[in-house]
Amino acid sequence: MQQAELKDIITEWLPGATFDENGQWLNVNVEPKDLHLLAVKLRNHEHTQFDYCFCLTCVDWKTHLTMVYHLDSTKFRHQVVVKVKLDAAKPEVETVSDLWKTADFHEREVYEMFGVHFINHPDLRLLILPDGWEGKNPLRKNFEDPINMIKL
Amino acid sequence: MIEESFTTAEGDLVINVGPQHPATHGVLHLVITLNGETIKKVEPHLGYIHRSIEKMSESLTYRQFIYVTSRMDYLSAHINNHACALCVEKGLQIEVPGRAQSIRIIMDELTRIASHELWWGAMSMDLGAFTPFFHAFREREVINEIMEETCGARLTMNYMVPGGVMADIHPNFQRRVKDFITLYKKKIHEYDELITGNIIFQNRMKNVGYLSSEDAIAYGVTGPAGRGSGVSCDVRKHSPYEIYDKLEFDEVLETAGDSFARYLVRIREMNQSVRIIEQLIDNIPDGDFQAKTKAVLKLPKGEFYQRVETARGELGVYIVSEGGTTPYRIKYRSPGFSNLSALDHMARGSKLGDLVAMMGTLDLVIPDIDR
Repeated sequence: MQQAELKDIITEWLPGATFDENGQWLNVNVEPKDLHLLAVKLRNHEHTQFDYCFCLTCVDWKTHLTMVYHLDSTKFRHQVVVKVKLDAAKPEVETVSDLWKTADFHEREVYEMFGVHFINHPDLRLLILPDGWEGKNPLRKNFEDPINMIKL
Repeated sequence: MIEESFTTAEGDLVINVGPQHPATHGVLHLVITLNGETIKKVEPHLGYIHRSIEKMSESLTYRQFIYVTSRMDYLSAHINNHACALCVEKGLQIEVPGRAQSIRIIMDELTRIASHELWWGAMSMDLGAFTPFFHAFREREVINEIMEETCGARLTMNYMVPGGVMADIHPNFQRRVKDFITLYKKKIHEYDELITGNIIFQNRMKNVGYLSSEDAIAYGVTGPAGRGSGVSCDVRKHSPYEIYDKLEFDEVLETAGDSFARYLVRIREMNQSVRIIEQLIDNIPDGDFQAKTKAVLKLPKGEFYQRVETARGELGVYIVSEGGTTPYRIKYRSPGFSNLSALDHMARGSKLGDLVAMMGTLDLVIPDIDR
């Protein structure tokens, strides 16, 4: 599916979605409450079938966080990037690990590194960081660790 | 982390495998729930070699951060560097000279062969055979020497830079690569005679660690592990970079989805890598090995993503730039991380002894998982 067609079909599902076409792939910005709905459609609709989530991450913009989902279809070989703006003080979004199982680990990584809470995630625990790091989110821009961090 | 093995109320035994265990090839720690000898659950605990390369990269310039990535998947150091260089080039719209492109692909494919050879030796050793390790290292050593001569390093090469490669190839390079190919072709049948056709190994790998193609896609399993499940996921074919679209090679696919299928994919992939090198080694174009770039690189504001195929699967480099000399945020989508996430699903219901075959054929490299 071409970018224009993708844009049309997503607008049909979510009239409130905004787009950014300057990058490599079509970027879709949605509200946190609409994310799961859109993800289900993108994953299951016969013309989109985004069955492969090849990157799931978060960016800290200081004023807010942005979740970034890179999706690919192994059938149609088209890609789309879905972005969700989250509140920096209380970042919360529904999990997509029920749709893409790879999101299970990736969301756990985002949870510990950025402190994003994934609603309905089956097993939201620390994955990489050792016990006792709950609440400290090292990839946040405001993270300070005077003992272990060397500023370059 | 559990301090000691214990038995749950249901009578299941919970044990640690790793972080110091020869079959995990590094510091991977698995907490395994067992019912008798049958695996009920595998829970990876990561982070023993976590260096936070992503955070580190945020304070390094676009020339510096590439070197850190050699330490991620150290068996695909060239390919990691390549991915980062490509991503920076994408942002700056640098045209890479043809000579550099050919050298880069030859290096990538040599790395892939070296990585698969190490995997073959190590995996065979996990399953109880010591001899293959020496066979694999005999050929791998030749590649290491080629690398040493041209790049000055044997493992963490740091040879690819934005705009091309750091130095021109050594005068001996072409001759030695051709010598290697001759040697490889003479010796590769030994791999099949020792292991591939060996009934003991086949019994230990066939029908062990089955992963269906739907699950492989859902878990994001890529590389030889994904192709062993019949998922066509070779980035070199689907979103070609450099001159891969002009080269002739096959994407090796197996449909069985078990450990033996993943094994076969890697063995056959080495032959495809040799095929690629053969097409290029006599046709390296003349000219510059590096494009002219500014001393200080500044990526324009925006986001850049580059996918490449490492020896373990799809590596993604995601750079978010604010227009400065250092990246605002970098994410490495490492293949090992996603491949490991499927281990629990694969292992449930099989015997503890088979777990080694599964981990072996997933080809886990722990620094790549932890980053």
